Amino acid sequence: MAKYDYVPSPFMANSIVKWVDHRLPIFSLIDHELIKYPAPRNLNYLWNFGSLAGIMLVVMILSGIFLAMNYNPSTAGAFDSVERIMRDVNYGWLIRYIHMNGASMFFIVVYIHILRGLYYGSYKYPREILWWLGIVIFIAMMATAFMGYVLPWGQMSFWGATVITNLFSAFPIVGEHIVLWLWGGFSVDNPTLNRFFALHYLLPFVIAGVVLLHLWALHVHGSNNPLGIDAKGPQDKIPFHPYYTAKDAFGLAVFLIFYAYFVFFSPYSLGHPDNWIEANPLVTPAHIVPEWYFLPFYAVLRAVPDKLGGVLLMFGAIVILFLLPWLDTSRVRSARFRPVYRVFFWLFVICCLVLGYAGSQPAEGLPLILGQVATIWYFAHFLVFLPLLGWFERPLPLPASIAEPVLGGGKSGTVAASKPMEKA
Amino acid sequence: MAQPGSTTITEGEGRKHPDGTTRRDFLYLSAGAFAGTGAALTGWAFIHSMNPAADVLALASTEVNLAPIAVGQAITVTWRGKPVFVRHRTAEEIAKAKEDDKADLRDPQTDARRVQKPEWLVLVGVCTHLGCVPLGQKPTDAKGDYGGWFCPCHGSHYDTSGRIRRGPAPLNLAVPSYAFTNDTSIRIG
Repeated sequence: MAKYDYVPSPFMANSIVKWVDHRLPIFSLIDHELIKYPAPRNLNYLWNFGSLAGIMLVVMILSGIFLAMNYNPSTAGAFDSVERIMRDVNYGWLIRYIHMNGASMFFIVVYIHILRGLYYGSYKYPREILWWLGIVIFIAMMATAFMGYVLPWGQMSFWGATVITNLFSAFPIVGEHIVLWLWGGFSVDNPTLNRFFALHYLLPFVIAGVVLLHLWALHVHGSNNPLGIDAKGPQDKIPFHPYYTAKDAFGLAVFLIFYAYFVFFSPYSLGHPDNWIEANPLVTPAHIVPEWYFLPFYAVLRAVPDKLGGVLLMFGAIVILFLLPWLDTSRVRSARFRPVYRVFFWLFVICCLVLGYAGSQPAEGLPLILGQVATIWYFAHFLVFLPLLGWFERPLPLPASIAEPVLGGGKSGTVAASKPMEKA
Repeated sequence: MAQPGSTTITEGEGRKHPDGTTRRDFLYLSAGAFAGTGAALTGWAFIHSMNPAADVLALASTEVNLAPIAVGQAITVTWRGKPVFVRHRTAEEIAKAKEDDKADLRDPQTDARRVQKPEWLVLVGVCTHLGCVPLGQKPTDAKGDYGGWFCPCHGSHYDTSGRIRRGPAPLNLAVPSYAFTNDTSIRIG
């Protein structure tokens, strides 16, 4: 990975560091991958969201472990133990608000991170596996969030769990058996809650493992950048520290203010009041909605009048992302140089927001029709527009190098050969 | 600070304080102090969440009705998750405990200081060695060589005042704080 002029940081000369590093090269790893790691010099604030997602994972794991210390995973005790956390456990309210709002923050960050990748073509050669690993993380996140939402054992927990597990009953022949197996019984009950708790505790560590693979894949070719062109030489890159550590830290501070607003001033604005009613297997709430971050997928599910069709389409909405690197036939990565794709990108964002709105409404009337139109658009975006755009779109001319537009041009076309602007 | 050689952005001499510090030093230290304070305060919330919760603290006192306990009988009640021995001592046991005030005690304490009313002995039933519950509450239990309690784990003998007389335990059985709410009942804790 050291395809650059590596000059070790001063701390690498310390004798203790040397002693350890000779046996376990952990300091070399830190110096190579976090300090001297050459990053494109033109990364904008949208590149903060990867590190923010990593930080959110840590926040969720830490707050979750402390919640688990006071949580009782049984149908008899779960709801009361959450109440106890809120009322009796020292700072339990704070830890729970951090965790439940943290889930929303995690999804906000990850959605921006994914859209960043879509806009700047970060999924294209040679970052296809990096993209795949990101989707795997996303799927694992959704499973974790879903099972976590079941744990408080409120009405939305219970009926959310019932509806989502029943999705699998749509599959012919094996469906019923899969659902029985998921439940460990004949309905969502104590065995279901127990296993969801176990898996909710496990999956974040699986995610952490895939995150390491994601970072490994990232560091092979380095970050994409807003121009979407490859670095031509050392003048196109700057060391990760202090430039991007400082930028990430500043972005983190701004993000934490946003996060803290919800934790301290509006902890329930992203939740649903029905979850304050203890689970009752005999009464379904009048209007079941998933958490906001699942609404677009929920809208896809309901857009199809056929049970199996809806389920397949909903899973398909995620699976299609795996094929994106080949569905997008354009060689140009960044939407900055793709005038038509740029329009379609924003239409896609609007399409997702419409799906989210449709998913939040009862499945009838205008919201249902909007959901159906947006579902068609969602799939058309990937299966029709992107493949065709690569053929019909005329991209704008690409700059010769990353350094050229950043440093205000000058001798265009010869920048790669011009003198390095700094030691990188 | 910035890695030497990693940047061409130099700190202007004009912005340097006479003592050699720069604005960047100030920013670095103040940002670090803020972040460190915030992390420490947040960390405290998490650590404090592991301390006894309000509902646990609310269970910290136990009422005991002494009326049904006959002379010579002992009962065990739970206080803060631990056994508490309440023994209605006989006249002989009281006399023996007072007599033993003059014996060679490892943890010297007179019987009078360990009881509020001589006939009622109230003790935390946890051996001061390694936390086992000593025998001696039931009539059939071994009471040890001194007629009080005997810890089967490592062989500590306690006398009729609950004082350690032989064995590895370093201290007498603890007397919890308790008060007589009337002649026949006490509140422990």
